[in-house]
Amino acid sequence: MLPAGVLPMSASMHASSLWIPWLVAALTAAPALADAPRRVVSMNLCTDQLAMLVAGEGQLISVSALSADPRGSAMADVAARYPLNHGRAEEIYLMQPDLVIAGTFTRRATVDMLDRLGIPVLLLEPAYTLDDIAALLIQTGKALGQEAKAESLVADFQTRLGLLNSKDAANPRAALYSANGYTSGDRTLAGEILSAAGLDNVAAEAGLADGGFLPLEVLVMAAPDTVITGVPYAGESRAEAVTDHPVIAALRDGRPGARMMDRDWVCGTPFVLQAINAMADLRHTLQDGQR
Amino acid sequence: MTRLTLILSGLLVALFVTALLIGPAHISPGPSLRALIMGGEGPMTLVMREIRLPRALLGLLIGGALGLAGAAMQGYLRNPLADPGLIGVSGSAALGAVLAIQTGFATTWSLGLPMAALSGAVLGVCAVLLLAGPRGSSLSLILAGIAISALAGALTALVLNLSPNPFAANEIVFWMMGSLSDRSMTHVWIALPFILLGSALLASLSRGLDALTLGEDAAEAMGIGLRRMRLTLIFGTAAVVGASTAVAGAIGFVGLVVPHLLRPFVGARPGRLLLASTLGGAAMLLAADIVVRAILPDRDLKLGVVTALIGAPLFLHLIYRTRQDAT
Repeated sequence: MLPAGVLPMSASMHASSLWIPWLVAALTAAPALADAPRRVVSMNLCTDQLAMLVAGEGQLISVSALSADPRGSAMADVAARYPLNHGRAEEIYLMQPDLVIAGTFTRRATVDMLDRLGIPVLLLEPAYTLDDIAALLIQTGKALGQEAKAESLVADFQTRLGLLNSKDAANPRAALYSANGYTSGDRTLAGEILSAAGLDNVAAEAGLADGGFLPLEVLVMAAPDTVITGVPYAGESRAEAVTDHPVIAALRDGRPGARMMDRDWVCGTPFVLQAINAMADLRHTLQDGQR
Repeated sequence: MTRLTLILSGLLVALFVTALLIGPAHISPGPSLRALIMGGEGPMTLVMREIRLPRALLGLLIGGALGLAGAAMQGYLRNPLADPGLIGVSGSAALGAVLAIQTGFATTWSLGLPMAALSGAVLGVCAVLLLAGPRGSSLSLILAGIAISALAGALTALVLNLSPNPFAANEIVFWMMGSLSDRSMTHVWIALPFILLGSALLASLSRGLDALTLGEDAAEAMGIGLRRMRLTLIFGTAAVVGASTAVAGAIGFVGLVVPHLLRPFVGARPGRLLLASTLGGAAMLLAADIVVRAILPDRDLKLGVVTALIGAPLFLHLIYRTRQDAT
């Protein structure tokens, strides 16, 4: 059993106090069924977190190294207790798994090789909508023989999501702006996070429903109420420097902006609730400022 | 003012205005120019003053700087193949800039970035002059340039690959091909003083370059100090190329193409070619930057792609002619 302290700091900061008992209850659910896989290896940041949430004790034997990095992983502390893999076929084969979980965008050659070696591989699609999150949890639960646990995670996620849903007639208009001027449209997980928090996405106005490159000029002409930028990685890059361009500061001009914490935005897991919470806070601040 | 200067200036003004009017945001020319000049509230003023104006200004400054540096080097070396990009000066400047950015030196001191690029460029110019010799043949000049470009390029790629930032490695292409996209007035203020200072140094070479056409002995007899000319050339070129590369990456071929095209119009006098090449270089880079935005408005097509498409065939032609002269 994992103690409550394994939760990342931000979980207790952003979410309500109900969050921690819920997760701990989820993590202590029943052990795996007799015919369920006993040595599961996950090799993708997002499938790692689904597997860590759903797996029974001792069932999951390794997660990918990315999951131990608090920048991108909402469960870095938990992941650090597992042996870490680097997504190489060789090291994963030597772990003698009876199930490997990978993302559909995981390196094809590696997945094919594991397949040829006779190891069952479960490929999970990335989540494009909030609804996909429930489906992914259920799918992972089935594969791991943890249906009941997965269903309780889903039920709790949906309750919490329902509590957060609050839409006003006039939503503030927000722009997501990451490295290289990339933005996420309405038909993406990030877009759904925004709309669940009651913010309109200017990417849709620019005709980028799926997301894409939003030229700086077009962003400025859209004149969003708030600009939400990514958090830069260590080291410098021109790609990220665009979010420090003086016009972004001018667009914000006294109004609050926000940063996307990768760990809450990237993966389709219940942790997106933290992102929605942060965005709902931003919306309240914006609306208070307008009054 | 000669007729050539007038024509080039007119062309330059037209291209500068066009550069201000073209961009991914669809705004009509009248209101956008009004917003640029009169200012006022609203996003259009931001687009014009903070995005398009710095881009056009940098195109003007950097193009002029590269044209001037090319003309000065060609005049001094009496070799039409000397171009800061080809002989590795831009490449070494890019290495200096990348080192400054990745070590954090660029953020600790506001002049850190241009100074580091300038230092890289000085090393590059000195290495080329040493390797090729004062009156080096075309062959040794180009070979030295290839070696220095390759070394600087490899080190730049190594530094960017070693960076903890996952985006850094993708930016190798920016440093090798150059781009003006998403630049701000900050970049203009970084580059401007160095480009002005370097251009003043290079412009002062005008009389000396004319005298050099008569041979080194004749030039010395006319009171031209060759050692001093050499130093002026090194630091002038390093300042303009270093500052340009620091903010826009290494843009090749401008310094090769422009002096070559304009030489017949100035009576083959290298001194007069300096001003003409400055204007011509600015016009070429502004035109190239208009082309990249016209071809792919929403994407960042690198400037070096366009300048190389124009410049490389000319380079081949020059090599062919050099070979003919030799036989």
